[in-house]
Amino acid sequence: MSSAELTLIFGMFVVTFGVRYVLFGMAGRIHFPAWLSSALGFVPPVVLTAIIVPAVLMPKGTLWISPYNPWLLAALFAFLVALVRKDLLTTIVAGMLAFMLLRFGIGL
Amino acid sequence: MTTATSVGALRSTEFIAGAKATFPLIVGAIPFGIIFGTLAEPSGLSALGALAMSLFVFAGSGQFIALGLLAAGASIPIIIATTFIVNLRHLLYAANLVPKVRHLPQRWRVLMAFGLTDETFAAVSSRYLRRDDIETAHWFYLGSFLAMYGNWVLCTAVGVALGELFPDMTQWGLDFAMSVTFIGMVVPYLTSRPMWAAVIVGGMMAIATAALPHKLGLIVASLCGIAVGLSLFMLEKRKQQGLENRV
Repeated sequence: MSSAELTLIFGMFVVTFGVRYVLFGMAGRIHFPAWLSSALGFVPPVVLTAIIVPAVLMPKGTLWISPYNPWLLAALFAFLVALVRKDLLTTIVAGMLAFMLLRFGIGL
Repeated sequence: MTTATSVGALRSTEFIAGAKATFPLIVGAIPFGIIFGTLAEPSGLSALGALAMSLFVFAGSGQFIALGLLAAGASIPIIIATTFIVNLRHLLYAANLVPKVRHLPQRWRVLMAFGLTDETFAAVSSRYLRRDDIETAHWFYLGSFLAMYGNWVLCTAVGVALGELFPDMTQWGLDFAMSVTFIGMVVPYLTSRPMWAAVIVGGMMAIATAALPHKLGLIVASLCGIAVGLSLFMLEKRKQQGLENRV
């Protein structure tokens, strides 16, 4: 491992652990107003959606809204499965099967 | 003596429950970890570097983005700054969990902070949604974290090995595993109109801001979605209070 890699990994460790630890470390000394606590409830689903949507609609870097986009089709299918079944493992398996079938089965 | 034994039993029950609750998320992370390991060397990170990153940084999307930037020839300070920005969402997760950790000693908080990932946050949040007792909940957290961590490091090692055996594995499209896992995590949250609005706005803004440098679009889009969701939530609450006052 080169010294550049060591620097990179050390730097990434510091910023990642720092962000995760700062509030835990000072727990009890920072109080959030009610509106901020409500806002935090929206964070996980919104951030995850902001990661998913570009990954699915722009899988190759540009916007691709088309019935021939296997990422989009499989994601819509997984979304429907999740709405009906509400089970994570079922959603993952169904979504991956749909994607593999579209991409490598019929070659989209 | 009996009390000590039953506390120990309670702890191990919580630990195992934490690992079990995280299992579906671990399945989703397996291809992700393997692909990270596989992509490392083609992106310019050594096998040892990939393992060290999974061991010490332990941040799935942050590590992927780092690989992408390394491959694109970005400088080390840019990669570190981007990791910081992408990980800001953990600040918001931590804020959510503060009421559950403030009674614990620092050594526990350090350990829990290191293990704070999207997956463990999701598993632990649903534990707190069901039961809000916090005496042994940190053992549940530890079970979730160690299951996730062990799997992530193992999958990175498998990926590094596979990458050397089958150099064309990166063409298999397993990157979709991350998207489909996140879809399964988001849907259970969609139980109110403000939440639907927040998620739709966040998704649309992520497309609109995709061209912003350093993955800044992720932060901007999230803040827009949260602002819309929070405004609608406040409006609905005010309307409800107004109706109650009239009666």
